[in-house]
Amino acid sequence: MLTHAFLIPLIMAVSFVVILAVGKRLPKGGAEIGIAAVAVCFVLALATGVGWIQRTESPPPVEHSAQEASSEGSAAAPGEVRTAAAEGSEEGAGAGEVHEEIPPVTRSITWLQNGGQEITVGTMVDGLTAMMLVVVTLISLLVHVYSSDYVAGDRRFTHYYAFLSLFTASMLMFVLTENTLQLIVGWELVGLCSFALIGHWWEEKPNSNAALKAFLVNRVGDVGLLVGIITLYFAAGGTFDIATINEMANTGEISQGLLFVASCCLLTAVMSKSGQFILHTWLPDAMAGPTPVSALIHAATMVVAGVYMVARLYAVFWHGLNIGGTNINVLAVVGTVTLFFGALLAFVQTDIKKVLAYSTVSQLGFMVMALGVGAWTAAVFHLFTHAMFKACLFLGAGSMSHACHHSFDMVKDYGGLRKHMPWTFRTFLVGALALSGFPLLAGFWSKDEILAGAGQLGDGGYPVMLVVGILGAMGTAAYMTRAVWYCFYGEPRGAAAAHAPHESGPRIVGPLILLAGLAVVVGFTNLPDTGVLSWVPEGAALRFEHYVEPVTPAFPSEATVGPDFGHPEFSIVIALVSTAAAALAALAAYLWYWRGAGPHGLTQRSRVARAGYRLLENKYYLDTLYETVIVGAVKGPIARAANWFDQHVLDGVVNGAGTSSKQVGRWVYDHVDQGVVDKVVRGSGLGAEGSGQLLRRGQTGKVQTYGAYLFGAATVLAAVFVIIASAS
Amino acid sequence: MLLNQFLLLAAALFSIGVYGVIARRNGVAVLMSIELILNAVNINLIAFSAVHGDLSGQVFALFVIAIAAAEVGVGLAIVLAIYRNRHSVDLDELDLMKG
Repeated sequence: MLTHAFLIPLIMAVSFVVILAVGKRLPKGGAEIGIAAVAVCFVLALATGVGWIQRTESPPPVEHSAQEASSEGSAAAPGEVRTAAAEGSEEGAGAGEVHEEIPPVTRSITWLQNGGQEITVGTMVDGLTAMMLVVVTLISLLVHVYSSDYVAGDRRFTHYYAFLSLFTASMLMFVLTENTLQLIVGWELVGLCSFALIGHWWEEKPNSNAALKAFLVNRVGDVGLLVGIITLYFAAGGTFDIATINEMANTGEISQGLLFVASCCLLTAVMSKSGQFILHTWLPDAMAGPTPVSALIHAATMVVAGVYMVARLYAVFWHGLNIGGTNINVLAVVGTVTLFFGALLAFVQTDIKKVLAYSTVSQLGFMVMALGVGAWTAAVFHLFTHAMFKACLFLGAGSMSHACHHSFDMVKDYGGLRKHMPWTFRTFLVGALALSGFPLLAGFWSKDEILAGAGQLGDGGYPVMLVVGILGAMGTAAYMTRAVWYCFYGEPRGAAAAHAPHESGPRIVGPLILLAGLAVVVGFTNLPDTGVLSWVPEGAALRFEHYVEPVTPAFPSEATVGPDFGHPEFSIVIALVSTAAAALAALAAYLWYWRGAGPHGLTQRSRVARAGYRLLENKYYLDTLYETVIVGAVKGPIARAANWFDQHVLDGVVNGAGTSSKQVGRWVYDHVDQGVVDKVVRGSGLGAEGSGQLLRRGQTGKVQTYGAYLFGAATVLAAVFVIIASAS
Repeated sequence: MLLNQFLLLAAALFSIGVYGVIARRNGVAVLMSIELILNAVNINLIAFSAVHGDLSGQVFALFVIAIAAAEVGVGLAIVLAIYRNRHSVDLDELDLMKG
């Protein structure tokens, strides 16, 4: 399955075509094809995962000569033994960690050849890819099942399923890519599908606006992506191959300056795709799409593409931004700013989906920050756990709106849903707890690992990132408490009061329960075995890290870049502090909403508080900035100036050119055309007529005349031959 | 020399044939003149064949005779068709192709 992984996106792509072609004629409108295809893909993805685990357990023998030369310097670090699989079994036991090499399984074909440059398409399967395959197909499968109830009866039901298939296919192709060119293709396809799905109900203007906004904001980042990929292409001596680029970056064959430029450009792309601060504005608006699509976008397919790309090209970022050697870099700063401001924004939203959207922004900030501080595994692990509970929360929100007149306004239309929708309540609560980092649930382990990474990695830790991270975790706990209160407690309001809400059907509740269960257990896949948890047996601890983290010279591991790269140890202090802080925040929110304690009405009384609230409510005026200042300037003065320039300068030039060419044309007509050309034409006509008249005399029509010509000519010819023969 | 006499005879026959083709007005006479030309060629072929002791010249002559028979057949048919239409075989009157 590792070499045949290309089948997985292929099946989804075929499903897309089939649904479009025959979906409307099927009894379920194409849903059955989509669900069947994605179920098959899920099984194949699991098989890929199992295949990769087997490969990790018994790695194939490695040719060693090539790597040894490049890694000699760093391999000298004490305690680090870099050996072939055969010797490693004895020596490695003493050294604690064995660094065998487990190369990814790549397979590619030449797509086209141009001037000696081969462009290939293919797949590269390693732990990260296998993990993403499983996550994407799992979430997509649940979303497919959920949608068959949620969007049932929609007028574009078939197109909806077709695009779900294409969306999944694009993302699967994106995570399987083995070269950067294919990465761009997947990236753009994902963007296109998100555009189509966000604007699914395009008859309403805000929806199509949101789709356009998502597309345009992503275009901003795409420019960065293109420039970054091209920079890497030339820096790596003309190759698109990801493994080669990473390895060259990791062994110092590409200068740090080039890597810095490339990683900054790529960071723009990450910011737009993964909703990092200042380019995150499209993400909350993307809630205009159907809720299952939001779940798919936020959990598995779209927004994690940026994080995935950083993880995939990590050697480039690691060396470009000098992540190991400093304790401040742009990746970490972007992530930190995002996680904090995203969490604050989630507070003032009244729309449940927007709360979750800003929560996603904030959690993506956590992931980017983790990548920025060097905690690669923590980031990818958080991506993995976040997919489970965020999908659970989104689908739960969809279930609630299904019951409450398709409204998402939790302040106006929800309240007291706990009694009417027990399963939605339970699963939503589990998701919220996991997101807030409740001990032993999924989010606890991954968030704690990120915070530990911020505290311990880099050149003496990242204290600012650690503190802001804990603040972000507090914010998360508080806004999730607020959301839970508005949705499930208090008196029913609006639509929830107008008619008794009812629990959703099994096709909605089933995925919810499954996701909630996963949100509980997936955290244990990366159980730490350090600190107070040192009793955890080695075979059960850090399984995720063991299987997912690449062990190749192309990845900045301890073996290749030395002790700069580390894994954070489980720190009971950080875990306790962050959990306590989150509990405190949740308690404060609990007191505020349940008990009515605290200075309610502060925003009416205090000017400062009101200003702060207003700032948050207007989303830091970023949309205003983009729309009024940038778009407004383009539409107003700049457009007018351009118009003036057009009318006066450009048109002047164009008119001048037109007039002068007309005059030239007239002169040419008078003199050249009439004088020369026409005379030549007439002359040749007269000549032809005259010669014709002359020749027609010979054409008597009498066969004997022709015979005479023939014999005469033959005689002349014979005479000529005789003369020539006698002369020579 | 024997060969020269044959060639002179053939040349005389050929010239008479050409004269007939060009100068005679009767279509049948023109066809007969063409026969003269062909036979002049036959005499040449056989003369060279005899001198060189090579039989292929005689074979060619047989071919020419066969083809001449076919040609006369077609030619007489055409003359007959013309006569039926115009009650005349005067070639000077046949100038439909005049330019």
